[in-house]
Amino acid sequence: MQKHTFTITMFAGMAVLAVLAQLGVINQYLQSVIMLMGVNIILCSSLNLVNGYMGEFSCGHGGFMCVGAYASSLVTVLCFSKNHILGAPLLPDSLALLAFPLALAAGAAVAAVAGLVVAVPSFKTRGDYLAIITLAANYIVISAIDNLEIIGGPRGFMGMNATVNAMNDLVQIPWMLLWVLGGTLFSVWILRRFVSSTLGKGVPAIAQDEIAAEIMSVDTNRMKLIAFMLSSGLAGLAGGLFAHILGYVNPHSFDIMKSTEVMVMVYLGGMGSLSGATLSAVLFTVLLEVLRPLEIWKWVVIPLLLILLMQFRPEGIMGNKELSDLFPKLKKYYSFK
Amino acid sequence: MEFFQHVLNALQFGSFYALIALGYTLVYGVLRLINFAHGDIFMVGAYIAYFVAIMLLGADGVAAGAGLSPGLTLAITVPVTMILTSLVGVTLERTMYRPLRRKGADRLYVVITALMAGLILENGNLALLGASRKSFPELLQKVVWTFGGVSVTNLKVIVIVAAVVVFGLLQFIVTRTKIGMAMRGISYDKFAIPLMGIPLDTIIVFTFILGSSMAGLAGILFAMSYPILEPYMGALIGWKAFIAAVVGGIGDIRGAIVGGFLLGFIEIGVVAVFPSTLRDLFAFSVLLGILWLKPTGLFGVAKTTKI
Amino acid sequence: MKNMTVKVLLAVLALALGAFALTGCGKDGDVIKIGFNLELTGDIPKVGEASKFAAEMLKEDINAKGGLEVGGKKYKLEFVYQDNEAKAESAVNAALKLITQDNVVAIIGPNSSKQAIPAGGACNDNQTPMVSPWSTNPDTTKDRPWVFRAAFLDPFQGPVAANFAAKQFGAKTSAVLFDIANDYSKGLAEIFKTEWEKKSGAGTVVAFESHGTKDQDFSAQLTKIVAAKPDFIFVPDNYNQVALIIKQARDLGYKGPFMGSDAWGSAELMTLCGKECIGQFFSTHYAAAGAQGATKEFIDRYNEKYKYVPDDVAALTWDATRLVLQAIQEAGKVEKDIKTERKIVRDALANIKEFAGITGTMKFHGTGDPDKCAVVVQISPEGKFEFKESVCP
Repeated sequence: MQKHTFTITMFAGMAVLAVLAQLGVINQYLQSVIMLMGVNIILCSSLNLVNGYMGEFSCGHGGFMCVGAYASSLVTVLCFSKNHILGAPLLPDSLALLAFPLALAAGAAVAAVAGLVVAVPSFKTRGDYLAIITLAANYIVISAIDNLEIIGGPRGFMGMNATVNAMNDLVQIPWMLLWVLGGTLFSVWILRRFVSSTLGKGVPAIAQDEIAAEIMSVDTNRMKLIAFMLSSGLAGLAGGLFAHILGYVNPHSFDIMKSTEVMVMVYLGGMGSLSGATLSAVLFTVLLEVLRPLEIWKWVVIPLLLILLMQFRPEGIMGNKELSDLFPKLKKYYSFK
Repeated sequence: MEFFQHVLNALQFGSFYALIALGYTLVYGVLRLINFAHGDIFMVGAYIAYFVAIMLLGADGVAAGAGLSPGLTLAITVPVTMILTSLVGVTLERTMYRPLRRKGADRLYVVITALMAGLILENGNLALLGASRKSFPELLQKVVWTFGGVSVTNLKVIVIVAAVVVFGLLQFIVTRTKIGMAMRGISYDKFAIPLMGIPLDTIIVFTFILGSSMAGLAGILFAMSYPILEPYMGALIGWKAFIAAVVGGIGDIRGAIVGGFLLGFIEIGVVAVFPSTLRDLFAFSVLLGILWLKPTGLFGVAKTTKI
Repeated sequence: MKNMTVKVLLAVLALALGAFALTGCGKDGDVIKIGFNLELTGDIPKVGEASKFAAEMLKEDINAKGGLEVGGKKYKLEFVYQDNEAKAESAVNAALKLITQDNVVAIIGPNSSKQAIPAGGACNDNQTPMVSPWSTNPDTTKDRPWVFRAAFLDPFQGPVAANFAAKQFGAKTSAVLFDIANDYSKGLAEIFKTEWEKKSGAGTVVAFESHGTKDQDFSAQLTKIVAAKPDFIFVPDNYNQVALIIKQARDLGYKGPFMGSDAWGSAELMTLCGKECIGQFFSTHYAAAGAQGATKEFIDRYNEKYKYVPDDVAALTWDATRLVLQAIQEAGKVEKDIKTERKIVRDALANIKEFAGITGTMKFHGTGDPDKCAVVVQISPEGKFEFKESVCP
């Protein structure tokens, strides 16, 4: 029974949220915060795979998010909205529901391929040198989009709302909320499956000792390739969702500031803990919203809080433990593998 | 002629990257800590220089100004700024990094703390001083020399000379003095050093003093060359200098200076040859290429992995 | 022990979530709430600050008189400020928070197009009128009946600058230096280039160079520009960069004139740039020096209150807010239901055909974009922006 409780709770929770949103109990603003929370959870847990489980130091996650956001936006705009450069919609609106997940998947796939730029050098180098490669990759992505006039350059790219509206025309429910919740669940689920699989055990092995891992028959290059591509692919998924929530993307929304934000969330939650990553993403998003009235002081208070937190818990909120390790009684009620 | 002008420009901007990269590399070389707050310490240095200078000059409506001449002001501002900026660096080390180090936290948590400290410096400055930018007073009579179409200001020459002198000084301290030997020792083995009777914390504080005072010096020179101060001025140049330090081979002083000048030459070279819109794209692709070919930077030594 | 800390943390988190869900519940009497979605932190804090100052001044004015009179009854104004950190996603959240939590009648801002385009979408979808004071990108208001703006568009400003420079400097060739990461700067640079080449023939823009937003060194770009020997340099850039660009160009031996755009129009330009800027020209929304009537009054009072001459953002925010207030008054009554109130305010806004603002008269033609005159000003030796020429569409 406890094998399924987690899944059931999650789906029930999703359904409840959707119903509440549909009835107007949760207003637009809270919905938007919940959606950005979902995006942050995906970003944070996917970066956690590389920075936490694998012990690398990747600080260009925003770049992959950017690639995913633009790729999936291009697909949906090409298919469902009229664009002065890309021309008339290719598909009828009724297919939007079917095509949207495919567009998200396409964005994730393109971002995963972009992840190769970082994955291949990681065979030879690691640590701070790899950090620079990821940082440079982030700069390159943004600069490249700035120079691509066909997708708006620094003016940004829009038209994604047409797809969301097309879905709403079919059935009037909060579609984006559902997609984000679905995407979040999918990401956390696949990461959990991956790190607890026999294959995925190789990832923390690399973090512990790369050579020992190699001796124990872990194909380290293959592991790194998989981990980096999975991580950047999920970042691309988050980017696609982000683009469709806002209906507008601008390359400078994904600059180094975004990357450091995600990085901070990862270390705040604890390296190598999925529940930590989820918790810290939720906490961080809420903090950003709750402290809005402080205006300028907000960005003094938040770093100060985080510094204090690290002084008292130098391993992040959860360390490398999961929720069920801290509250062993919970194991009775659910198992999540 | 245009070519020589570009070379001079690259030398000047490369000097700033090099001066800031030296600070990164010093701290990294000793502690294996990427001090992400370094770019913001540089910004604080520029602001300190600004306040010291207007206090002494009596400019900008400061009634209590001493009314000194610009030349004398410059002579006093440089050491005062360097001392005050190094105090900022040491404060960060004492209040934030050292407690974490004592607790044996993962190195990356210290890095994140540094990142947060940088944010506090930036936004604290914004909150306290307001959004108005500050205009740095002119402390040095500007002289423009022109040799057949190539223009050089005296400031540019000073900046380039300063970068080279600082490099020489640091190289001397690290390789020829006892305290330098201790610094190298710490980077080699942090646990054996106290056993040899070397005061670990003193050496680390000294490193921070050295690195931050260089950031202070860079701050003054930068404020004189580009006399507009704003709270976020250190962020971008800090990231880029960090990249320069790593490409040179982080932890090696020669690497920082070579990396700094290299980044200056690449950026200006791309603008000179290609359309300037492609600058970041090409410059970072070149750096990426260098790291693909030499995975530990130009001077970096591959860390031997234990078996 | 360790587990204890975690539990405490989790409890705090739960409390925070609870408190978060409960915020924003309140009831108000005879007040009219207007929201401001501003860039108070992030890249351009000065812009948000100027907007906020102008709005505060207007609010104090009206509340001192007992409030805004609508349909024979006086209502106190309440302005709600939300910081959007100069980020697109944060601007959307700020807009939605103003709409659903703070229940504002209308929203002023965001200023910069990067935030105004997505926030405009959110306001349009939620049927709340929004007026952006400063955004110049056509997409902000395009196909959005609920979104308006107070500034002129770039396609109008570019030709103004080109025509004026050709006449004033007798120029045949020009060079452009712009910020590639800033859509305003890039858009204007491109429009200027097209316009100039249409006038003077292909290849007369002898150098077209760009830089990044936070760059401080422009020597490489300027070396190329100086080597191309243009008759003047067009710099559609923010004032802080302009100050550096002009100084560095002079260091590199450039002696010719510069032409600028409305982003130069800040009081800080002269404190940052000093004597090097004297005599240069730029196109803008209004000329602070020699202004008359309401404009002069606004400038003097702002100067007295905040100790600097207001830049165009402040003046445009003042106009945008007054535009909304006028619409509320013209709607004739204040509805209890916020949705109906927003609807009548938006209809009243759309009905305004002509509005006499302190940045000039705006004429609306049902698109949300005003037609208004641009002025070209010259920087006087005293550092004042003196009226030179006015160009109307």
